[in-house]
Amino acid sequence: MTRLFTSSFSHLILFIGIFIMIVPVWLIFASSTHSSLSINTQGLQVYLGDRFVENYIRVLLYKGGFFKEITALKMFFNSFIMATGVAILSVVTSLMAAYALVYYRIKYATLLFWIIFITILVPLELRIFPTYSVMAKLNLVNSYFGLIVPISASAVATLFFRQFYKTVPDELLESAKLDGANTWRFFIDFLVPLSKTMIVAMLIFMFVFGYNQYLWPLLVTSQEQYWTVVMGLKMMSGSIVHRFAFVMMSMIPPILIIVILQRHFIKGVFQDK
Amino acid sequence: MSFLELKKVTKIYPNGTKAVQTTSLNIEKGEFMVFVGPSGCGKSTLLRMVAGLEDITTGDIELDKKIINKIDPSERDVAMVFQNYALYPHMNVYNNLAYGLKNRGLAKDVIEKKVNAAAKLLQISDYLERRPALLSGGQRQRVAMGRAIVRSPKIFLFDEPLSNLDAKLRIQMRLEIKKLQRKVGVTSIFVTHDQVEAMTLADRLAVINNGIIEQLGTPIEIYNNPTSVFVAGFIGSPQMNFIEGELKNNKFKTQAFEITGIKSDFDGKVILGVRPEHLVQANNGLIKFNVDLVEKLGSDNLVYGEIKDKKDLLCYRTPGNEKINSGSKLALNIQENKLYIFNKKTGKRII
Ligand SMILES: Nc1ncnc2c1ncn2[C@@H]1O[C@H](COP(=O)(O)OP(=O)(O)OP(=O)(O)O)[C@@H](O)[C@H]1O
Ligand SMILES: [Mg+2]
Repeated sequence: MTRLFTSSFSHLILFIGIFIMIVPVWLIFASSTHSSLSINTQGLQVYLGDRFVENYIRVLLYKGGFFKEITALKMFFNSFIMATGVAILSVVTSLMAAYALVYYRIKYATLLFWIIFITILVPLELRIFPTYSVMAKLNLVNSYFGLIVPISASAVATLFFRQFYKTVPDELLESAKLDGANTWRFFIDFLVPLSKTMIVAMLIFMFVFGYNQYLWPLLVTSQEQYWTVVMGLKMMSGSIVHRFAFVMMSMIPPILIIVILQRHFIKGVFQDK
Repeated sequence: MSFLELKKVTKIYPNGTKAVQTTSLNIEKGEFMVFVGPSGCGKSTLLRMVAGLEDITTGDIELDKKIINKIDPSERDVAMVFQNYALYPHMNVYNNLAYGLKNRGLAKDVIEKKVNAAAKLLQISDYLERRPALLSGGQRQRVAMGRAIVRSPKIFLFDEPLSNLDAKLRIQMRLEIKKLQRKVGVTSIFVTHDQVEAMTLADRLAVINNGIIEQLGTPIEIYNNPTSVFVAGFIGSPQMNFIEGELKNNKFKTQAFEITGIKSDFDGKVILGVRPEHLVQANNGLIKFNVDLVEKLGSDNLVYGEIKDKKDLLCYRTPGNEKINSGSKLALNIQENKLYIFNKKTGKRII
């Protein structure tokens, strides 16, 4: 009886939470299918309107920005490149950094690790001008490279992989060595497959991180064809319904990534059992 | 010319622990050598130096006429079975066996043949597709063995591979390992702290204590002629009885009894050793014995008790059909030529 009560009670709380989170999204979505006129006169809409296709297609293909050079479609493309780049690059570098920290006989490996770790305490915003000036000197402003690389060193991912490697029993390494595995093979044949679940989780995390960047892309791109979705939300001109439609669409890629990758994620978790 | 030769090998860990003191040892081709000793005596360290998993502080190790001190473990062509098996959790049994072969660049069909042969030998053919997590302890043990065998290495190293198994399975696997080693004929070193395992498996036995080989020989040699108190106490089950006393003018003397006619000129404190199975009852026996407890094993009775007037504990082994009650008094003699006397100070055997 108490069990039932507590479980229905916690369900109730969860439902309230979900409700609070969903309602604004729904209001924006419903409103984005009306005409600007009805929004301006009647406020946000609860029910769906009839201009869904029209509004969304216009947003995707409309050339916005100050110079009317970029469409939302191109921004999605840019964002995708940037987020994927950040995800892959940061996961690969952290995997390798953690490998070096744990398995190589590096002097002061722990100290080095803590120095890497401390960078978590330094937010991107704090180093954004020096970083910009480096990028400018290297002539990498207005390039995908400039968008991706400076934010792709992830202390958090390094931390996670390092902690995971530390739990891998030494016998596994020794056994692999006796089986003729060299340093590289041990990494590829053992550590990477064993940390598959974590890699997928980190890919999702870093993809969303890259996708959500606002300040850095704003700073490092002056040409409109490098605009990303999140900064475009602010810069895009257009009427209120079109902005709403753009907001709705901007939520799709992160959700999509989670939906696609979570299957591996769950599979990985179960296989480890 | 022996196959594996340790020449004055020592090991000092970076933290200063002297794990292996100057040790020299020759192992013949095809021999089954067992290292036995108490926990922390350096057995694993010695084994791991042969495998190349630990650096050698001083000395040389020669395998098949080649000094291997500096050779990477991946190129030594040795195989090791670990206590916790260290199977590759993300690979199925087939790939666990095949991995070492793949790394040597063997052709796919050759690998398949070898893996299947090894799997058949170890009766794990039915599990080739399974991951280690889905196997029982005994099956994992077999896979670990299979992984060693499939490569036909120069030498097998076993580091207490049976200690995670239950008693019955341990005995079964013990037999199988012995049979397998005979069949494959690969030189092997087996580390254990279980003296029964050591006795049953070994062609030759090295009893190690505090980083030193105390005695080296066949199991029977060591059982019959232990050279020190340590070896005498370690080999044999139940343990040898030790009674402290004094030796003077060919006479061993302790509070409860005396033994005359001992052929030694030694004068001083000694320890008398006698195995439980070398005691016999006699009407006017030398040692008066009060029975405290009888352990009935079926085939044997282990009779524990105190020697008269003295608090020395003694164990005496009788056939299982003999009826002995706790509380009864016995008189025991030592079988002829079955007593050992050790110098108390050095622990070395006197006679
Ligand atoms: N990596 C290490 N660093 C420092 N000391 C070590 C290290 N490994 C082992 N030792 C020490 O060396 C000695 C021998 O250890 P070893 O593991 O060889 O013992 P063992 O005979 O295998 O014992 P067990 O039967 O418990 O496995 C021990 O005193 C141990 O504490
Ligand atoms: Mg050990």
